[in-house]
This record gives sequence, C-alpha cells and structure tokens, in this order.
Amino acid sequence: MDVKETLLPGVGLRYEFSNADGDRLSVIAYRKGDFEVFLCTTPADPDKARKLFRLSEREADALAQILGAPRMVESYADLTKEVPGLSAGQVPVPPTSRYASRPLGDTKARTLTGASIVAIVRGDQVMASPGPDELIEPHDVLVVIGTDDGIAGVRQLIDQG
Amino acid sequence: MAISAPLLLELGAILLVLTVLGSAARRFGLSPIPLYLLTGLFLGTGGVAPVDAAADFVQTGASIGVVLLLLTLGLEFSIGEFATSLRRHLPSAGVDLVLNATPGALAGWLLGLDAVGILALAGITYISSSGIIARLLGDLDRLGNRETPAVLSVLVLEDFAMAAYLPLLTVLASGGTVLQALVWMAVALAALGLAFTVSFRWGHHVGRVLGHPEDEQLLLRVLGLTLILAAIAEELHASAAVGAFLVGLTLTGPVADRARSVLTPLRDLFAAIFFVAIGLTIDPADLLPMLPVALALAAVTALTKVITGAYAARREGAARPGQRRAGTALIARGEFSLVIIGLASTSIGTLSAVATPYVFILAIAGPVLARFTR
Repeated sequence: MDVKETLLPGVGLRYEFSNADGDRLSVIAYRKGDFEVFLCTTPADPDKARKLFRLSEREADALAQILGAPRMVESYADLTKEVPGLSAGQVPVPPTSRYASRPLGDTKARTLTGASIVAIVRGDQVMASPGPDELIEPHDVLVVIGTDDGIAGVRQLIDQG
Repeated sequence: MAISAPLLLELGAILLVLTVLGSAARRFGLSPIPLYLLTGLFLGTGGVAPVDAAADFVQTGASIGVVLLLLTLGLEFSIGEFATSLRRHLPSAGVDLVLNATPGALAGWLLGLDAVGILALAGITYISSSGIIARLLGDLDRLGNRETPAVLSVLVLEDFAMAAYLPLLTVLASGGTVLQALVWMAVALAALGLAFTVSFRWGHHVGRVLGHPEDEQLLLRVLGLTLILAAIAEELHASAAVGAFLVGLTLTGPVADRARSVLTPLRDLFAAIFFVAIGLTIDPADLLPMLPVALALAAVTALTKVITGAYAARREGAARPGQRRAGTALIARGEFSLVIIGLASTSIGTLSAVATPYVFILAIAGPVLARFTR
C-alpha cells in the first residue's frame, strides 16, 4: 500500500492512501498538533475531499492506539524473529502479585532478569514503552522482550505474592 | 507621565468600530480587511470623523504593523516548504508572474504613472493575499482537496518573490537609480540566502539564544531583534518589511511555533491599525473618479488569477472542478498589496487612488467567488 505524503506549506503535512474499496482517505497533520481526516468518494469530482472529523492531539493518540494495538504486538513478534535468542512473552499480573498497584519501576525487572517490559496491555488499551512510574494494575498483561530465561524470570517476579 | 484622554478615547472607539465590522464580516465568511480600510477612509482626510489625537499613533502603529505582518509570514514558512514548492511549481510561479503583473503594469502605463508607479501597480495585481486565502481554505474545508497544495505553493512562491521585489521598489520609490535598486535587490537576495543558511545550519542555536521558557521574554527578544533588523534594512533602503520577513524565516522549529503564538495577537492589533492607516491617508473624494478603472482592473486580474490557479492545479493532477476552485481561491488580494501601496504612495497619489479600491474590491470578491465555486 502506498501512502502519499504531501507538504502543505504553512499548514502541515497531508497523507493520502486508497483502501481496497477504492475510497481515498487523506489525513492532514497540522503543525499545531491536531489532525483532520478527509474522505474523497465523489466520482464526478475526484479532487474534492469531504471532512469526516477533527482530532485533537490526545484524541489522535487514542485513535492511533486503538488501530495500532494489534499491529504493535505483531511487530514485536517480527523483531524477535530477526534477532536470534530474543523472544517475546506475555506475563499476566495476578491480583495477588506484590507488584499489583505499584509502579513498574519497583519490579526492577530489567536489572534482575535482563528482560524489558515494552508494553502494558490493560483491557483493550495498550501502553507502549511504559515509563518506570507507570502503575501496574491487577489483570494487566505485560509484554516482555528478552531471552527465554529472562522472560521466565519476569514471570516469577510478577507471580510473587 | 501625562495620559492623553482624547488619544485613548479615539483609539478605543476605532478598535470598537473595527471589532463590530470585523465580526460582521466574519459572519458572512468574508475578510475584515476591506472594512478596516473603509473605517480609515471614513476617519481620515476628508472623512466624516477626523481623529486628530490618534492619527500620530495610528501612523506609528502602521509601521509596526507592517513589520509584524511580515515577521509572522516568515515564521509560517520554512526552507523545506520553499524548496518543495519551487521544485513542483516553478512553472506555475512563472505563469502567475506574467499573467498577473502584466495587467497592473499596463494599467499603470495607461494611467500615465511613472516607472515607480508602474512597478508598484504590477506588484499590487501580482500578489495574492496569503492571509485571506489560507484562512479561506480552512474555513471551506478544502485543505484535503487535491488542488490545495498547488494553491499554497503559488502563495509561498509569491511571498518569497516579494523579498526581491520590495527592495527594488523601496529604492526606486526613494529616488534611487535602477542600478542602485538592482544592487539592493541582489543584497536582499543574498540576505535571503544567508537567512536560509543560518536557519538550516544554526537554526537550533538561534532558537536557543532567542527561546526563553517565559513567553514575555520570548516576545521581547524576538520583537526587539526584528525591529532592529527591520530598522537596519530600512536605513539601507532594502525595506523594513524584508528585514522582518528574513528574521521570521530564520527562526524554525519549536521557537518559531511559540513565537507565532505569542506574536499573533500583537500582529492582529497592529495589522488592523495598519489597514486603518492606509485608509486614513486617502481622501475619499479622490477615489470616485478612479473607481471604474479599479473595477476593470479587478475584473481582468481576477480572471488571470483563475487561469493561474487552474494551471497550477492541473500540474497537481486536479480535474476541472478542482482547477476552477484553485483559480477562484487565488483571486483575493490583501495585506501585501496594501504594503506595496504604503511603500509607494508617498510619492504618487494616483496610485493609491486606483489601488486601494482595487484591493478593496478583490478582498471582498475573492472569498465570495471562492465560496460559490464548488
């Protein structure tokens, strides 16, 4: 799929692509940080774009997470295929875990096991690259990248009561 | 310090009139600029309500208004945008220049203006209003359309052409020879190149020196530097406007974004005062005899802009309706044409008598025509 990028001087950037149904979608990323999404469907006037909606920076982040969540896990899987010895694993947080409701940094997972927690999946939300201050909640699923031993180490750590 | 009550009163009254007119214009989706001009016309020489106390301030404010208009314009654009526009739309820029400057020059010649007047009128009919048009495209939700990059590119290239044109006009208007004018044009272009280099290589350093976490400090630094460089440029006859434009271009990145947001309210105020000042200097009695000429010129150059826009849009691969939309979008003339009138009209009265109603007509007709071209 080709995404065409066009510079709009003084405004921002425009990204365009067509989907399988032949609709042309264009997204304008304004310099101020917000976005507008347009759709071109009129065959009589192929150049006219109808504005669908406008998104603030935060709303656009939320939408990107919704659309990007399944893909992100896929791309981690791709990464682990490319580097021998590296794998990805998912570690659920039991409600009994001593780290439930505590910041991610408290686990010292990276120091103790060498594996990295690259995302937290909470319900249908994915927090990519969580910082050490991010709170772990019961029933979260941690996406971990590291050696098999490292991932097992993180699982043990999190399972501790 | 003695506070002048009449000055405050008159200034306050002018601003209130402007806001009433401006909001009325915005309600109909029009640019408020023509109404600001009209306000000045009613207040000034031969008008109904002379403002003696505020006149001095308005004239002073007008020169700050020009500097701020050009500074914020420079802040809008980056080198990358200029380079991209130039690569894709150099032929469009050529078509634009030939089609739209020629009618102005011819009209100037027919009216018996001297060389400076002809050059000024050519510039006035050439330059579309990037302020009015950028806003119009947003209001009409056309930013997603295929023809829009063509319109924006033409505007960018016109604005950059002004960096060469304004010194030429300023030197000639102040009585310099053609040779001197060409030298200063070359100097201005070299300065433009320098501004690009500085912005490209050391833009972050400039940003670090000028950028200050507090908005107040940022405002004072950027404005102070701009006024000094504008003064130097003016002293060298290269036009204060060009100096301010170059400062705006040199600033990039987050500092430019913040500078834009702190300067915009100030620009809005002083630009409005500038438009009023243009109206103030004109005696309405001089305008009437020139109205038919202005109308005819407006009709011709509206048509030539439509052709320009259609040509540029076709280069982007837009179909007929898109080409028409691009063409009508470009019709509006505005702030830049008024800057040119301000520069040249001190020497020639006929010029402002023709050009002011001309800008007035197209600043209203442009957005209206663009709106009705679907």
